[in-house]
Amino acid sequence: MKALMFGWEFPPHILGGLGTASYGLTKGMHANGNMDITFVIPKPWGDEERGFAQIIGACNTPVAWRDVSWDYVQQRLGKYMDPQLYFDLRSHIYADFNNMRLNDLGCIEFSGRYPDNLLEEINNYSIVAGVIARTIPCDVIHSHDWLTYPAGIHAKNVTGKPLVIHVHATDFDRSRGNVNPAVFAIEKDGMMNADHIITVSNLTRRTVIEKYGINPDKVTTVHNAVIPLSDELLNLPVHDKKEKVVTFLGRITMQKGPEYFVEAAAKVLKKDHNVRFVMAGSGDMMDEMIRLAARRGIADKFHFTGFLRGKEVYEMLKNSDVYIMPSVSEPFGISPLEAMQMGVPSIISKQSGCAEILTNVIKTDYWDVDAMADAIHALISYPALHDQLKEQGIEEMKGITWEKAGKKVIDIYNKVIA
Amino acid sequence: MKSVCLYFNIHQPFRLKRYRFFDIGNDHYYYDDFANDEIVSRVAEQSYIPTANTLLDMIKTHGKDFKCSISISGTAIEQLQLYVPEFIELLKKLADTGCVEFLSGTYAHGLSSLEDPEEFARQVKEHDTLIHSLFGKRPTVMHNTELIFDDDIALMVASMGFKAALTEGAKHILGWKSPNFVYCSASAPKLKLLLTNDKLISDVSRNFNNPEWAEYPLTADKYIDWIASTPEDQQVINLCFSMDTFGSFLPASTGIFDFLKALPHFGKQRGVTFATPSEVLPKLKPADALAIPFPLSGVDEARDVSAWKGNVLQREALNKLYSVAERVDLCTDRRLKQDWQYLQSSDHFYYMSTKNQADGAAHSMFSPYDSPYSAFTNYMNVLADFIVRVEEQYPLSIENEELNSLLLTIRNQAAEIESLNKEISTIRTNIMQSDEYKKKKAESLPAPVEEKPAPKKRGPGRPRKKKEA
Repeated sequence: MKALMFGWEFPPHILGGLGTASYGLTKGMHANGNMDITFVIPKPWGDEERGFAQIIGACNTPVAWRDVSWDYVQQRLGKYMDPQLYFDLRSHIYADFNNMRLNDLGCIEFSGRYPDNLLEEINNYSIVAGVIARTIPCDVIHSHDWLTYPAGIHAKNVTGKPLVIHVHATDFDRSRGNVNPAVFAIEKDGMMNADHIITVSNLTRRTVIEKYGINPDKVTTVHNAVIPLSDELLNLPVHDKKEKVVTFLGRITMQKGPEYFVEAAAKVLKKDHNVRFVMAGSGDMMDEMIRLAARRGIADKFHFTGFLRGKEVYEMLKNSDVYIMPSVSEPFGISPLEAMQMGVPSIISKQSGCAEILTNVIKTDYWDVDAMADAIHALISYPALHDQLKEQGIEEMKGITWEKAGKKVIDIYNKVIA
Repeated sequence: MKSVCLYFNIHQPFRLKRYRFFDIGNDHYYYDDFANDEIVSRVAEQSYIPTANTLLDMIKTHGKDFKCSISISGTAIEQLQLYVPEFIELLKKLADTGCVEFLSGTYAHGLSSLEDPEEFARQVKEHDTLIHSLFGKRPTVMHNTELIFDDDIALMVASMGFKAALTEGAKHILGWKSPNFVYCSASAPKLKLLLTNDKLISDVSRNFNNPEWAEYPLTADKYIDWIASTPEDQQVINLCFSMDTFGSFLPASTGIFDFLKALPHFGKQRGVTFATPSEVLPKLKPADALAIPFPLSGVDEARDVSAWKGNVLQREALNKLYSVAERVDLCTDRRLKQDWQYLQSSDHFYYMSTKNQADGAAHSMFSPYDSPYSAFTNYMNVLADFIVRVEEQYPLSIENEELNSLLLTIRNQAAEIESLNKEISTIRTNIMQSDEYKKKKAESLPAPVEEKPAPKKRGPGRPRKKKEA
């Protein structure tokens, strides 16, 4: 079966959980066999893992005809793709886009991030999708998250193949209810045009049904999973330390509930001085959180690391005693699963999707700062509880694989194709 | 005769390196040697050395008719000794001429005067000892960090035995009064106050190179003329500059050094002398007492201490820093004491300011960080490690009050032993003189020797043992 996937992020250059989930799912589907997947991203860097999927960069796809030689294309794009693919794509240009800002290869530039002109970039992405859909034969189209819904719809219109959209998050999660109408419109449009909708948790499924008015029959939950970590990461060195470390890791935004973590930390520090709190990551609420920690008078015990890259994330986890994710609304949340793999017991909010499938974690309401402080205190004070959750957590993670998730997605494909 | 007191202020902090969370407990070296070397060497080359040479020239040409004062922080001296030792030699030469007075201040150019009186006293003592050992004279006039001053500081400074203090001639304190008089502090009337003349200072530091200024270009002739034409009874004009104004903010190409050089020449023509504060002070009586209920400084538009204590980040960092002051004082570890000095520099808190507009621009110009928040988080990481090291010596489990009483016992024990010894000896002589004793002497040995206060000493001995472990 041939699937054409549209995504926005792909490891190792990721900004959030979307890239990790896209990668894991694609790999898991490939492991089920008999899948031929083409994965489109705005801007590949050339160091993405290949083999289980063909990666096409939207920024390397021509939308206007340029007379260039094979050697030149090889020199410019050889790192990212086979030059033959460039020429194949070039012969499927469907309209004149010379009025747009293009480079010497007739391609549109993409940042591959979340720039200020994000809506324009999303639109450009769907223009490029038209060329790709005309070139790459497929049985089903799969769009990851709202950024790529317009591209998916375009591809569906061009090829007439069924469209599956994958809801990794909705704007209701990101904005605590104050949705951006432009984003909502794109999301709703994608859901209406989709033949089937995959959500990453029942929580998100309910949002899709209730807030976007979608027929429940066409919405299925496929929970995310984790990729087993390499031994190199599992055996990262542990720093010699006398204090316990409680870690929050993620974008510091409204959605993640960082302020509840600071408040809980202040409560714990009143009782126990032998503990440090770390807020790793960056985001628009970071400065506010630094202020809050200072106002609570705990800044000598509450640390901010800024954005952590690649291995640093696992180094941080490895040196943590407790992982905490107090998200106000988390569609899924892969990071506690990674923490558990590393043997770090987790505290998660009941409002996160992963709470639906995890058992060996402590679950509290995101607003219940007392319960959170209590849980942190228990985990750092009672080794029996800590060890129990650590061992059981590692065991539990072995059963949550992307292969199983991939199987469910393939079943959905079969249903929509039939 | 009008006197102009010129003050040159030199300070460099030990800037911190990027210190990550992971480093806490593992890495105890906090400083960005490369940046410090680069900045200190550059500023010395552009500004400090040419300024010192100019001053030497001026003293050579004008003899005792040109005098000035220099304030230099301990952290600046340490770095200059490391990176530009030739400048320290120049300062010694200046000191040897007898025409340069060195002022007192805090060793680290810190904010201890606002936070911890005992630490302030220690800082000043340490600073003055260093100045004495290098330049052979103990300072007698206080120039606190960035001219920070208020009534409480006046009391501390007076009790340390200073005759006078230099501070900012802030409009909100002076009102209609002129800064060109000697004042005295309302809280410590014996302490004379010298106030800087803001207008004349900013004419040089801000406007010298500003072609849009109505009086541009500023010549030494014109400048001395302004000074000379102040009312007859205004006798002292205090001009306090950061030394890097000369050559660094105002590059040599602006002609600033020629301007400086020409000042005494025109001064002579107009009857304006250049003097040191200790020369001027005995001659002048305080015109009035000045009450300064809230701390003022020479920095930012508000001329208060909001540059370092203006927001919650700065206050938190200061609170946490000085929360361990007592414990650090107890420690004997030299590296710990050294870090304690360096971490107190006011600059670290200056970088954390979240002010906007002109003030904000000044803050960010000096800051090695891209935002006040990263300045704060980096400083707090360093401070966290520092506090861990202090705790290793004196665990937090000892309450501050308990520690206080222990400290007090230790501090008083010498005096106590002495007084007890005295008591014993008087008792002994009394007994020996008594008739009964004389009688008993024949019978047996005396007993009062056993009354020595041996068990009392054991209490304060405990923490010492822990320190060794």
